[in-house]
Amino acid sequence: MGLHVLKSTLFRACRSPILSLLSFGLASCSGGVLDPLGRVGADDASILIDATVVMLAIVIPTILLAFWMAWHYRASNGKAEYLPYWSYSGRIEAVVWWIPILTIMFIGGVIWIGSYKVDPFRPLPSRTPPLEVQVVALDWKWLFIYPRQGIASVNQLVVPASTPVHFSITSASVFNAFFVPRLGSMIYAMPGMVSQLYLEADHPARLWGTSAQFSGDGFSDMQFQVRSVPEADFQAWVASVRGGGSPSLDRATYAELMHPSQRVPPTTYHAVDAQLFQDVASQKIPPAPGPEPEGPQHAGREVSTGGRD
Amino acid sequence: MTDSGLPASVAAIRRVQQDPNRLGQRRHGSTEPVEGVGLGTTGPATKRIIVGYGFWIFLLSDIVVFSCFFAAFAVQRGATAGGPTLEQIVDIRRVAFETAALLLSSYTCMLSFAATNARSRLWTQIFLLVTGVLGLVFVLLEVQEFAELAGRGITPQRSGMLTSFFGLVGLHGVHVTIGGMWLATMMAQVQVKGFRREIVHRLICFNLFWHALDIVWIGIFTIVYLMGSNSTGSGA
Amino acid sequence: MFGKLNLSAIPLGQPIPLITSLVVILIVLGVLTLITVKKWWPYLWREWITSVDHKRIGVMYSALGVLMLLRGFADAIMMRTQQAAAINAMGYLPPEHYDQIFTAHGTIMILFGAMPLVLGFMNFLVPLQLGVRDVAFPTFNSVGFWLSASGALLVNVSLFVGEFARTGWLPYPPLSETAYTPGVGVDYYLWAVQISGIGTLIAGINIVTTVLKLRCRGMSYMRMPVFCWTALCACLLIVAAFPVLTATLAMLTLDRYLGFHYFTNTAGGNPMMFVNLVWAWGHPEVYILVLPAFGIFSEIFPTFSGKPLFGYRSMVVATLFICIVSMTVWLHHFFTMGAGAAVNTFFGISSSIIAVGTGVKIYNWIFTMYGGRVRFEVPMLWSMGFIFTFIIGGLTGVLLAVPPADFLTHNSMFLVAHFHNVIIGAVVFAIFAGMDYWFPKAFGFRLHKGWGIAAFWFAFIGFWVTFAPLYVLGLLGMTRRLQHINFPEWRPWLYASVVGVAILILGVISQVVQFVVSIRDREKLRDVTGDPWDGRSLEWATPSPPPFFNFAVMPNVEGEEAYWGIKQRAVETQQLSPEPQYEPIEMPVNSGVGFYTAFFTSVFGFAMIWHIWWLAILAFAAAFAGFVFFAWRDVHEFEVPAEEVARVDRARRAAREALLERLSQQGAMS
Repeated sequence: MGLHVLKSTLFRACRSPILSLLSFGLASCSGGVLDPLGRVGADDASILIDATVVMLAIVIPTILLAFWMAWHYRASNGKAEYLPYWSYSGRIEAVVWWIPILTIMFIGGVIWIGSYKVDPFRPLPSRTPPLEVQVVALDWKWLFIYPRQGIASVNQLVVPASTPVHFSITSASVFNAFFVPRLGSMIYAMPGMVSQLYLEADHPARLWGTSAQFSGDGFSDMQFQVRSVPEADFQAWVASVRGGGSPSLDRATYAELMHPSQRVPPTTYHAVDAQLFQDVASQKIPPAPGPEPEGPQHAGREVSTGGRD
Repeated sequence: MTDSGLPASVAAIRRVQQDPNRLGQRRHGSTEPVEGVGLGTTGPATKRIIVGYGFWIFLLSDIVVFSCFFAAFAVQRGATAGGPTLEQIVDIRRVAFETAALLLSSYTCMLSFAATNARSRLWTQIFLLVTGVLGLVFVLLEVQEFAELAGRGITPQRSGMLTSFFGLVGLHGVHVTIGGMWLATMMAQVQVKGFRREIVHRLICFNLFWHALDIVWIGIFTIVYLMGSNSTGSGA
Repeated sequence: MFGKLNLSAIPLGQPIPLITSLVVILIVLGVLTLITVKKWWPYLWREWITSVDHKRIGVMYSALGVLMLLRGFADAIMMRTQQAAAINAMGYLPPEHYDQIFTAHGTIMILFGAMPLVLGFMNFLVPLQLGVRDVAFPTFNSVGFWLSASGALLVNVSLFVGEFARTGWLPYPPLSETAYTPGVGVDYYLWAVQISGIGTLIAGINIVTTVLKLRCRGMSYMRMPVFCWTALCACLLIVAAFPVLTATLAMLTLDRYLGFHYFTNTAGGNPMMFVNLVWAWGHPEVYILVLPAFGIFSEIFPTFSGKPLFGYRSMVVATLFICIVSMTVWLHHFFTMGAGAAVNTFFGISSSIIAVGTGVKIYNWIFTMYGGRVRFEVPMLWSMGFIFTFIIGGLTGVLLAVPPADFLTHNSMFLVAHFHNVIIGAVVFAIFAGMDYWFPKAFGFRLHKGWGIAAFWFAFIGFWVTFAPLYVLGLLGMTRRLQHINFPEWRPWLYASVVGVAILILGVISQVVQFVVSIRDREKLRDVTGDPWDGRSLEWATPSPPPFFNFAVMPNVEGEEAYWGIKQRAVETQQLSPEPQYEPIEMPVNSGVGFYTAFFTSVFGFAMIWHIWWLAILAFAAAFAGFVFFAWRDVHEFEVPAEEVARVDRARRAAREALLERLSQQGAMS
């Protein structure tokens, strides 16, 4: 009878932490990096989860051991043996060194294999040829150029599902990072350099992307819409952009785009200068200007466009 | 024979086997005390050793600073941004004179320290003076080099490569200049206070500093000038 | 005439910094007035400002650190409340202000809060634990402290004159170059950090030389307390890594002031080089913070378990291992910068390998408790909190060391939660544990236990409630440094985090109350014997607080845990060791050179920031002149007469007789 009460009390006591841990886990599961839409993201996420589980298998017993040790050997516990001179045991040392070493050897293997598998530079094996998208990070918006389709968009990325997308990424001002959480890996966007990234969406969905490297006052609004659509819808979208009344992205339009601005609504360009991305990446077109240098009336404090555009 | 009846040598061997790190009493309080090793036998080192050692550690940190500038140079060596290349700005002949001046100044610095050890104020001052003059020659030659380059429009603001070049060589030149200021102060101190303990310690530190600058210069002159010069060895 | 400086540098149009500055200025003026009215200046000047005593300098470092922790915490409160308030809204802190706050928060917490506290502990304890009278270069020590204070001053001045950097605590170019940050903010950062970096380097050189060349007789390497080993390794890292910071910030300064092209966007500049260099410093920096923290726990576990540290040699090896490997892992801070799989793999594996050393240490602390009699005093509570918190932080760290996992979580709130997890779990908890543990030694009376327990629980629970939601937010895709949030579904987690901040505020209040109450009740909490915790290392052999010369006669150490051996022998023989032969002691004289140099260095820094060139030259010349003037002094040391030494020591021995009686009674009862 007493045992039954004990068991049910124990169960009730453990239930709420378990429930909260579960809800914790579940909450992290939707909409974020643990809810991947494509194989890159899936690989990344599975590595993250596997590594966590393996380490928890070591960490949880260690924490429990620590608390048990402290509790059992508390000063008020007369039953615990007092060994005032005991401070060395070869056997314990051996175990204590080998637990972390073995764990880390395993993690090292995961690192080695994983880093090569999800190397951003590695093309995704696929029967469909990849879609080429060139990405330019500006202050404070994202420009996407589709070189083969001859169109461009700002803060809006439309990709066909089940097709690998090859991103060539640069920045026209400061460091940024191109990141679509549900599609997987991120990579820095750097001025004067072109980073490569391959991602793929498994099925149609609405997603969002952001910059993951602080780039100034307008950084908080550097999100962009991502839509993965069936192949036919993608072709339709491309056609509608080409045919529609949107402006053309030539040098003049680009020069205007380079000025700092925030909360830019998604826009499209029906035509794009074929050399534009190359010239931006090689800095033949100089990088975008920064904030106004301070005048005497601001005495050392830089003028910010924060929130006012 | 020791208390336990064993010969001293056997007791010593046994102690080493039982307590190889000379940790002393493992079972607190009961066994006979054991002398420590190294500093454990003598206690703190002398002030002279402490001062010299601390200054060595400072020199190591200074060399880390130089390493960063060397690394930047290595990275940016080719970043000429359409401007002049390293080969076009290196002047080996002038650098030969600079190197000679600096190496010679290290030699005279060592001579001055020998004079200090012999407690000869006259020769210490003479050799310190020569060291200072040679250092000044070095700095002036370097200033001349920079001025000439600037006159041709070759400035650190032109490209990444020039930035690292001027930065690295300039950093060394700044160190030599500060060393020169220190040398002047030391000469004044030696003159007024003679060879008091602290003065000798400072001279040790100064010597270490000056020789270290020499070593760094050998690095610079090899990596920047020798490796950066074209085969004929003449400047542009 | 005044460079870029004019009256509009004062933020009259911005209420929050204006009011904060006014409050701070009023408090500072109030304190200065109080000191003047009470005529405390001569005492403060003689005993503290010009002191070259490592204990005084250690206390001053710690006081500076605690003050700056409070300022950093205020920034943190603003950050978390802003993010909670600014969901689909702009919140109460515009971007230009918010960006300064998170930059100041990181800079202050790491460089002006945690570093001074760690340096303070090392300064106070290392000479005492090694049985010597002071560090290797006492006057230089004072210079180092005042330079650190000078840097802290400059950061705080930026609150009401001009602005602070808006780039994040590591000012990545091109954002930090003049083109994208023309204001003085980054210049404040550069000069403040550069100046205090020199101070830290000085402290590092000092402690390395002390540990390697200045130990009492019998104190060989393997008899040193583990805290001294960790102090040695941390300071070796300082000597190896801080020059990298000096060089890197110098390069950025040259870029900004003279138009050089180290890291610019164009003309051959290389911003990636900055990232590499700065993290080659940045990673060792966090080990500089954490190794002494480990050392503090290595002192606390044995004392409060009543037995020696388990696996001393392993601990030493693990410490050296961490020290060396920490210099080889810096790229894990930018796996996403596209270095390629081979490079990422190397650095991922080396980063994971550090976990081996840390894991060994944790198990050794656990097994120290095995067979012990664990007393749950306040330092031990912090230690148990540390074990729980730090292990989990370490887990997330190894996770981030796996490049594919990092590709998802780099620069996200997951990262933010991780590094707060390890820094707060190890460094902050260690600082509070160490404060509670060594406060009686430094000041002669213990801290109030009840308020200490309250402070611990609020801090522990508050930490988890604040940061656990941030792990979730990171996994949901939230990146760091957002001034406003465009995703309402993140609301519950952001609100939960603010609840945690409220609990932490209670913790901070409890900590402050603990100090106030302890000072008020100091007679009741007085530590008469000098050994309130039944300690094992040499600092507990001195009275509380120790006399300025530390030991009347330098100890002759005969084994590990030097003081424990002395105590056991005294208990066994029922008497203290015989009264020694007292000799006169030479101690270094006080000197104002540190304060003087730092004062002019602050002026120099301020002048450089605002481009007031004539003032910069004058201040530099004055600092140099002061140095030469100081170098000219004839008297370096003074002699403490043998009678004075004897008098002080006899008082100590009387107190020890009382302790001996108490210990013998306990021995008789057990």
